[in-house]
Parts: sequence; structure tokens; C-alpha cells
Amino acid sequence: MSSSSLIRSDVQPSPAPSPPQPVLPLTVAAVVASVIGIALMVLAAVELRNFNHHGVVSTIIGVVLVLLTLYPLWPTLRSIGAGRERARLLQDGKLVAARRSAARGREDAQIGMGYAVASVVVALLLLMVLANSAHGNGIAHTFFSSSAWRQSFSQMLPAFWINIWVALIAQVLVLIFGLLLAVMRMLPGRAGAPLRRIAIVYCDVFRAVPAIVVIYLIVFGVPLAAPGLTKISPTLLGVLALTLTYSAYVAEVYRAGLQSIHPSQTAAARSLGLSYFQTLRTVLVPQAVRRVIPPLLNDFISLQKDTALLSIAAIGEALLTATIWQAKLFNLSPVTLAAFFFIIITIPQARFVDYLINRDASKRAGG
Amino acid sequence: MSFLEISDVHKSFGHNEVLKGVSLTVERHEVVCLIGASGSGKSTLLRCVNQLEQVNSGEIHIDGDTVTGAGVDLNRLRRDVGIVFQSYNLFPHMSVMDNVTLAPIRVGGVSKREAQEKAMVLLESVGMGIKAKAFPDSLSGGQQQRVAIVRALAMEPRVMLLDEITAALDPELVGDVLEIVRELAHEGLTMMLATHEMGFAKEVSSQVCFLDQGAICEHGSAQQIFEEPREERTQQFLSRVVKSGRL
Repeated sequence: MSSSSLIRSDVQPSPAPSPPQPVLPLTVAAVVASVIGIALMVLAAVELRNFNHHGVVSTIIGVVLVLLTLYPLWPTLRSIGAGRERARLLQDGKLVAARRSAARGREDAQIGMGYAVASVVVALLLLMVLANSAHGNGIAHTFFSSSAWRQSFSQMLPAFWINIWVALIAQVLVLIFGLLLAVMRMLPGRAGAPLRRIAIVYCDVFRAVPAIVVIYLIVFGVPLAAPGLTKISPTLLGVLALTLTYSAYVAEVYRAGLQSIHPSQTAAARSLGLSYFQTLRTVLVPQAVRRVIPPLLNDFISLQKDTALLSIAAIGEALLTATIWQAKLFNLSPVTLAAFFFIIITIPQARFVDYLINRDASKRAGG
Repeated sequence: MSFLEISDVHKSFGHNEVLKGVSLTVERHEVVCLIGASGSGKSTLLRCVNQLEQVNSGEIHIDGDTVTGAGVDLNRLRRDVGIVFQSYNLFPHMSVMDNVTLAPIRVGGVSKREAQEKAMVLLESVGMGIKAKAFPDSLSGGQQQRVAIVRALAMEPRVMLLDEITAALDPELVGDVLEIVRELAHEGLTMMLATHEMGFAKEVSSQVCFLDQGAICEHGSAQQIFEEPREERTQQFLSRVVKSGRL
């Protein structure tokens, strides 16, 4: 059988060269989006300036914001130029050059649209926050009052320190206890069955019960168990409650990591004479931990913000302090301040883990 | 009594019987090649010898000691029986040096320095000394496999099992790895190897077994199997191998 009988040119005719794609509709959309963004931002800037009684800082911020929303006009203008070039080249019969201009113009228009949509979103958020500020009861007054922040800050900061160390201690304990649970759950053989079941029940129960309930049970329950236990500080019991809850999640993360290691690794380790636990310790766990760092950190961030739940057990952390100040000032801004604190400590952690992952990858690839 | 005796070994995975009564004896310093189509049970047989797979019935003796069934010190057995896998199975989170010294230090009770010195000698002998600090992911398949062989040798096994160790390699890298096996054979290491490299099998083996559907169909000297195969299935298998240019 010859190849000519398999493929014939009349079955696969040469296609006509494709024409350049249109640029104009995208350019129009980019212009419209940019104009809307600028208009909304001007509105928002005026509101911001009114809210702050025409203060200098707010005026500068408003001007900067408006200037930023002008940026999408730049790629949009370039896309207009590219559109014209496309038409001219097409008339001259330079099809390939016209297609390239069209592609450039379309990309510029899309970039313009992207930034325009972003400025629309930001302007709308600002307008929502500043709405009703003329009557003194909008979001801005209630949640973003700088005077309330100034008054509460000196107490909020030390209170937030409690959140940090509670989270840090709980995280370390969770790492250890979670791994223990994961290993228990993967014990082999009939002898391992009872411990395996305990681990399964534990993970099921503590993932099912809301963290807030566990905090009630531990902080108010443990001191009733024995007279000596009343001396333990509620904060430490709060650490225990968070550890118990999050270990169940982290155990599942570890287990997923351990199970994702190919069985050939176990075969290689066992065939060298390493025992089951030596294999776990030197081969499986180190690889599993590296793999689960991102989901692990996710759970850690979650744990970190759940330290705010300890406020229900009258532990003087950031949220409880914020609500006390809220009652004092009839203003919710201290709560927003607590939110800012949480945001500020979360971001470096996310970047740190990115760094760890990159370092590990380059170390292995580079040798 | 022979050094390694496999008698009437049966092994099933669920309803799939992979080994249907395999018997084989290997003397000290012998090199036994297992040939046969994929799925004929070569790998499973090797994995049964160091008990990575447990046999359903039958017995395996090494140096007069029964190594199948309950009560065998598997970790002890595996120190004596080294295995190298098709997919290398190096530990990706450890450097080449740590891969090689892990078992001698943890299992063999050798001091770290001693283990590293010995590992270095072995690595040098396979041309991998300069890569001692590298991680497996940065090595080629052939380099990884050489490290894997050294890792098994570092425990000073009395038998080496080589499970299609060149099957995953690019053709131009196969030679380096086979050269090491050739040297080990000359030095008198007892080896069982499952392989598709017929030319190599012909050259190094003192005994060749042709496995077909979980049983040893024919076994004899390399010359006899490759030059005058008696069984029809052996002939068919070898003629297909010749057709694909592998012999």
C-alpha cells in the first residue's frame, strides 16, 4: 500500500489564507470601559474628599486614584493606531503584516479593558464604602473611622500578640499530633487495626464538630475534670482546643501526602533492609511533608484566624478587645483593625511558603 | 545444597495467578537470566526472592535457610539480597551520597564517615563520584541507575536481583549500566536478572530461564537456549525478538 492512496490532495485542499481579525469592536469596548472607570473614580474621589472634610491627604489620594484610572487609555489609544495600520496594510494587500497589526491592536485593547474593569471595581467598592457618609452613618463612618483606630490601637496590638502566639504554639503542636494521627491511621496489619480505627473516629469527630463548640467544651469542660486543672489558664486550653480541631484536618493532609508517594519508594527502602518505621521516617514522611506544604499552610492560615474564636471563651485576644472598644465607642472600626492585623501577618507566610517550594525545586534540579 | 533454591513457588494477585509453580536453583557465583514476554512473571519471581511479594505456596531457601513464610526476619534477609528496579526508585529528597549511605548507616550500623568513604569508592568505580552531592532529579536515567546499583551494593548483598534495569533507559545509556553488571558478574557476584537485552543475557549468563505464563518453560545454558531452543514457545519468542532487532 503506497502512501499516495492514503492521502490525496483533493481530500485536503489548500485553505485560503485567513484574513486579519477585527480590532474595532475591542477598541470601542476598551474606550467605553475606560470612560466608565474614570467617571466612577472621579465620583469616588469627590466623595472621599467630602468625607474627610476636604483634607489634604484625601485630596492627594483622590487625585492619585483618578490619575491611575487614566492608565487604561494608553493601551486603548495604541490599539486605535494598530487598527488604522491594519486597514492600511490590508488595502496594500500585505496580509501577514495586517494580521500582525491586528493581533497587536487586539491585545492592546484587551489590556486596556483589563485595567479599566479593575478601576471600575475599585471605584465601585470605594463608592459603596463612602455611601451615606453625608448622613454620618455609612460604612466609612462605622468601619473605617481613623479616630476609633487611634484610640483602640494601643490595646489592640498587645491583644493581637495573644492571637499570634496562640497560633504559633497550636501550629507546632498540630504538626506533631497531626502526623501522629496520620501514621496511626496508616498502621499495617491486624495488630494495627484498633489504633487505625481510633484515628479514623478521631478525625471524623473533630472535623465534624464546629471549632467553636470544641472551644466551649475544652475551655469550660477541662477545669471541671479535676480540681488541679482549674489552675490552667483559659488561653492554654484554647490552644489545646484549636490543636485538637486542626490536628484532624492536618492528619488528613499528611495522609494524602503519604499516600501520594509511589509504592516503589517503599519497595526500594524495604528492599534495602529498612524497617517499616525507618522507611516512614527517612523516606516517606520527608517526601510527603514537602508535597503537602501548600495545603498545610492553608490550614495554618485558617487556624490563625480561628484564634479569634477564643473571644467567646473570654480570652482577651484581638477580637474580644475590639468588641469591648466597639461597645465603648459605638463604632465597629476596631473590628476592622483586627482584620487588618490578620491580613498583615498572613501575607508574609504565603510568600515564605512560595519561597520554600521554589528553593526546594531549584535545589533538586540544580544539584 | 544449592545457594538459592526456589521450589514450586505459586503467587497470585487476587484471581490472577502470576507464578504457577516455579522451581529453580542457583549456585554461588552464578548469573541467571530470566527472559520472557512482559507479564510472564519475571519481576514477580524476583520480588518473591526478597519477599517484597509473599508467596502463596512453595518455599525459597537462601544458603540453607528458609526465607518464605512467617517468622522470617525480612529486614535481615533484605540486607543479604539486593534488588535494583527498572525505574531506579532513588529517593528524590536525598543526595546521591545519602541515597547510598542510608541503609549502611541505619541498618548496617556503620558509622557515617565509614559509610561515606565506602560509598565514594563504589561511586567512583561506576564513574559517579563527581555526582555524589547531586540530587537524583538532576541525573540522567543511566546515571540514576548506576547510583541505584551502587546503593544496593553498599549493603554487600550475597545475591543481586536486577529487575529489567535497562528497560527504561535511552538506548545510548544502556551500555554503561550493562558494563557494570558485566564487571559484577566477572567478580563472581551471584545475580538473577530479568532482562530484555538478549545479547547481554547470552554473554553473561551461566543459566537462562525462559518464563511463559508464570512457569519456567525451558531452562538451560545460554548457548542451548539461544542456539537450539527445544520448546516451541521458546522458539516463537526468540524469533519475535530477532524480528524486532533485539538479538
